[in-house]
Amino acid sequence: MKLRVLVSLKPGVLDAQGRAIEHALRDLGHSQVKGVRTGKLVVLDLDTADPVRARALATELCEKLLANPVIEQYEILS
Amino acid sequence: MSGASGVRVGVLVFPGSLDDRDMVRAFARLGADVQPVWHKDARLPELDGIGVPGGFSYGDYLRTGAMARFSPVMRAVVDFAASGRPLLGVCNGFQILCEAGLLPGALVRNRDLKYVCQDVRVAVEDAGDFRAELPPGRALVMPVKHGEGAYVPDPEHKPRVAFRYVGGSPNGSTDDIAGVTNAAGNVVGLMPHPEHAVDPLLGSTDGGALLRSFLAACAAARARR
Amino acid sequence: MSDPEVTDALAREHGLSDREIALIGEILGRRPTFPELGVFSVMWSEHCSYKSSKRYLRELPTHGACVIQGPGENAGVVDVGEGWVAVFKIESHNHPSYVEPHGGAATGVGGILRDVFTMGARPLASLDSLRFGPLDDPHQRYLVRGVVAGIGDYGNAFGCATVGGEVTFHPRYRKNILVNAMNVGIARADQIFLAKASGHGNPVLYVGSKTGRDGIHGASLLASAEFDEDTDAKRPTVQLGDPFTEKLLLEACLEAMATGAIVGIQDMGAAGLTCSSFEMASRSGTGIEMDLDRVPQREAGMSAYELLLSESQERMLLVAQAGRESEIEDVFAKWDLDCAVVGRVTGDGRMRVRWHGQLVVDIPVDPIAANAPVYDRPRAEPAGLAARRELDLAQLPAEADPSGALLELLASPNLCSREWVYRQYDTLVGGSTVLRPGGDAAVVRIPETERGLALSTDCNPRYCAQDPYTGAQHAVAEAARNVAVTGARPLAVTNCLNFGSPERPESMWEFAEATRGMGDACRALELPIVSGNVSFYNETSGEGAIPPTPTIGMVGLVDDVTATVPAAFRGAGDDVVFLGTTREELGASEYLAVRHGLERGAPPALDLAAERRLQQLLAEAAERRLVRSAHDCSDGGAAIALAECAIRSGIGVDAELPAAGPRPEVALFAESCARAVLSCAPADTAALVELARRHGVPAARIGETGGARIRIRPGVDVSLAEAHDSWSRTLPEALG
Repeated sequence: MKLRVLVSLKPGVLDAQGRAIEHALRDLGHSQVKGVRTGKLVVLDLDTADPVRARALATELCEKLLANPVIEQYEILS
Repeated sequence: MSGASGVRVGVLVFPGSLDDRDMVRAFARLGADVQPVWHKDARLPELDGIGVPGGFSYGDYLRTGAMARFSPVMRAVVDFAASGRPLLGVCNGFQILCEAGLLPGALVRNRDLKYVCQDVRVAVEDAGDFRAELPPGRALVMPVKHGEGAYVPDPEHKPRVAFRYVGGSPNGSTDDIAGVTNAAGNVVGLMPHPEHAVDPLLGSTDGGALLRSFLAACAAARARR
Repeated sequence: MSDPEVTDALAREHGLSDREIALIGEILGRRPTFPELGVFSVMWSEHCSYKSSKRYLRELPTHGACVIQGPGENAGVVDVGEGWVAVFKIESHNHPSYVEPHGGAATGVGGILRDVFTMGARPLASLDSLRFGPLDDPHQRYLVRGVVAGIGDYGNAFGCATVGGEVTFHPRYRKNILVNAMNVGIARADQIFLAKASGHGNPVLYVGSKTGRDGIHGASLLASAEFDEDTDAKRPTVQLGDPFTEKLLLEACLEAMATGAIVGIQDMGAAGLTCSSFEMASRSGTGIEMDLDRVPQREAGMSAYELLLSESQERMLLVAQAGRESEIEDVFAKWDLDCAVVGRVTGDGRMRVRWHGQLVVDIPVDPIAANAPVYDRPRAEPAGLAARRELDLAQLPAEADPSGALLELLASPNLCSREWVYRQYDTLVGGSTVLRPGGDAAVVRIPETERGLALSTDCNPRYCAQDPYTGAQHAVAEAARNVAVTGARPLAVTNCLNFGSPERPESMWEFAEATRGMGDACRALELPIVSGNVSFYNETSGEGAIPPTPTIGMVGLVDDVTATVPAAFRGAGDDVVFLGTTREELGASEYLAVRHGLERGAPPALDLAAERRLQQLLAEAAERRLVRSAHDCSDGGAAIALAECAIRSGIGVDAELPAAGPRPEVALFAESCARAVLSCAPADTAALVELARRHGVPAARIGETGGARIRIRPGVDVSLAEAHDSWSRTLPEALG
């Protein structure tokens, strides 16, 4: 089954790309944009049909490689 | 410098390493017995010190250094570091050592989102075992060339700062940190490139002081064994 | 989904003319299959066949003592001494860069790198000549940011230093920007590889990335047609590149070449598998049979047409010695790259391609490649050109504020500091960069020697617009001069010819004149042209064409890199020496455009004999170590040149330029040819001036370096700080 993981910088870490996008959107006239944070979407195609096992595996992969715990957080989306 | 002759240095080569040849050339110029070490080699040859070079290993995909740290050679490199022998990580090498947990903290994208290639001045603070020609306060001019060089400290592991940018960082590093050393002092990582500051024809030669200090630490480690 | 029926209408949609459609029928004796139609459309596109330019390119000087391989291969090869050869070429990627600046520029760099390393040379240095519309236009700023980031991202991750180039802003590039990418590589003379498909029965191997659907018709549709309302829809035709894979491909190719098992190798660039296989077979007089089912594919269900036309990046086609396939396969496996035997070399001069068991292409090679149609298109001088060359200096208002003029020129987009650009390039990887960007030419050391190469790209489009013949000559002269001021001897040329539509007589005339000028200048300066590229159709309906832009890439030889001469002053208290003669001319100058908003007048008078004497003087002066700095006078004139020497060094200057008529602005800003400003130790001035006299170059001490001001008589007196400020802020403020 497929699981989607969102990896993004932890709140305290400067997201320069998000900031640049925020400024660009405001320059285009969208004054309601109060903030922008960016992240990476990783789609894992796993060889299991069991959602619990899949989630456990995805967690392990995030902890091991997909996210750097010093600067990043991750969220396993459904 | 005959003091370095006989010191055996290995320079790791990953797919996408770029300054490995420059690092090998610099060490050879300083008299070391240097060889490239392919990332797929699980066993290291007999070495007194290891250099981890700059470049874009694995294309910097996912995160810079993230995949290189899992190369077969890295297990032996972690053991090498644990044995107290010198390890020098430059630029992508610094990034790889952080990902491998051999140095605290992480490197993220430059604050203004642009790759930057220019000479910088750094001041030595605490170069750990590489102290031979790097007393605290000494200034070195070396080039940086990177797109992801902003140092972010690990809140749980305050870094031992080896080098700090003078007059502000070129990349947004926290506290202008240019390089760090580990608690034991045998592993040093920095973003500026000492191997590109050894030839007077090409610019500054201050990098020579750093590389010679590394080689002196290698010689000392070899003498202890 | 089965192939569509091949009708004349479909053929026309593929960019083929009625005459070409008839010719296809004659060659095959039947209607072409759909894949065959695709093959003809790309092989006979302007970009691949050079059908409109060939008859002019044949007249160019391509021979010389140093030439090992002239035009006709992936890149040119010249002997640079001690058993080394330089392999180099410049190529355009204009249309894709306008459509998608980052991706287009990146793959332009990727393509030229492959052209160099497919010959067995390790890339040593890259240069990029970029032309955009006005800097104050937000869309142009977006393009500049994207193109520079694209060049940097690809070159930096691949690991070849980007050491030079140029950036020009002019309204006529607004809808047709130019990205010309040059690369120079180094190889041992006995280890060069050519693109041959020889030896009947030898296997044909595909190596590198898998094939996808990117860039289909990039060559025929994008590069062989002008832009119109449908330009945005052309976005899918831009190829996406991966510098990491290209770096692996470089190392794998060099290792595979070292096995000795490779007979011939060619990169897959424009028109992908089709073009490379036809060209290899054509050069060897052989044929190839291929099975497309064996091509590594990254998308499902690709048709024969798609496989043949895909422009997926980072792929090479090679011919190996029969029986030695596994040696090559092992090398590519080590580097985690695909490697597949996709065909065999045959002796019958035909290209036969199978897919899903069926023969889908069966075409004779020579009529397609070597004997592609060659056109003699009509030419006509543009109306009003002669009138636009007229300029009466007496009518021009006198310059009331020379200092203000200098500051305005220093801040102008075409003269200001380019540091914003080259700071984004790795200029150092490889440890060979002796002279970094910012001067006249870059200098890189040839590895393991004390020799070096001086590299520059040049073209002044305003000169070429006013007079394509003379303008093209100036491009050659200026490129040679930029290389000569470093102490190098100009050696050989590559060229990228950027023009409008060859179907318009005015554009065709400009092309004919420019190539004639380029050829004449190269002959006069004894510089062979060893490689190059033509880019037509740089125009947009309703907007007009670009100015004729024959970009010259110059390679010069440095005998002793330790004697390299930088452009900026080296110390206070040095003497400043002026070489050459300033004439009373301001036609087509930066001064006229920036200060008076005029683009009028003929380009400066050209004296190739004087240029030659200057080059020889500069080489000998450098060798004798008489010169501390040397900077050529070109855009903006002698005052700008002196100001640049001061600003870049932080050392002021106090000098008096030789008079050139009654108007001070002429002495200051005229762009007369064959001039340079040097600095030397006062003890060497007499010897330098005497050496110049022996070479027949006018020379005079005009002042000295030092202090915190830039004083250039007549009339310029500004502080170094003010000048530096004007010069350095323009690009960062415009681009961020």
